[in-house]
Amino acid sequence: MATTYTLISSVTVGSGGAANIEFTSIPATYTDLSVVFSIRCVRSSVVEPGMLRFNSSTSNYSLRRLNADGSTVASSAVSGETGMIFGDINGDTATSNTFGNGSIYIPNYTGSNFKSISTDVVVENNATESSQYLLAGLWSDTSAITTIRLYSRNSHNFKQYSTAYLYGISSS
Amino acid sequence: MTNKIVVDCSTGEVQEIALTAEEITEREAMAAEYAVQKAAEEAEAAAKAAAKESANAKLAALGLTAEEIAALTK
Repeated sequence: MATTYTLISSVTVGSGGAANIEFTSIPATYTDLSVVFSIRCVRSSVVEPGMLRFNSSTSNYSLRRLNADGSTVASSAVSGETGMIFGDINGDTATSNTFGNGSIYIPNYTGSNFKSISTDVVVENNATESSQYLLAGLWSDTSAITTIRLYSRNSHNFKQYSTAYLYGISSS
Repeated sequence: MTNKIVVDCSTGEVQEIALTAEEITEREAMAAEYAVQKAAEEAEAAAKAAAKESANAKLAALGLTAEEIAALTK
């Protein structure tokens, strides 16, 4: 059971926005990793799929998601993407000054097995349309994770005040 | 110019760096691919809605009431 969280690094997007956020040279000294984020992008919609990529790898991602959008609930599998969808983030027509919030848990990120993740993500919007995700993903690669990139599925920039925090979790 | 934010976790250094030409190309390709996919999904949804409306109209022409049609389709 993980007992300690250590903040490794954090980012706040500045006034110019950002195409993506990358944590590089992640130390291999922890048991698990957790990314906690609050992101809004410039897309003219309420939601936008958020994605991550490990070690610049563009293959071997698959996932199963349980999601709701304010009117329907669905479960589906996704594979073949060049990164891992981790949930929806806010687009720019969601309620002003709100963000898509969530966390991504990555256990055993330095191990030699395939890497699994779990996420819990919500879009904040003061209207019927919204988004909630519970997701389990797999990166079928045995490499240790040293880099994590967060980006928008459809190449929309992250807006100012979007944040991401990378934590290392030690098992003792 | 679009920048990315890169955090070196070994030093704590945070840099804003311009995307490479390769990264820009990938972003443009992803956006274009999604636009095609989205259009296909919307076309499929529209076709499904049209088929449903057509079916309901044919059932009504046979003399079924709205309540009877609803009972059949739910």
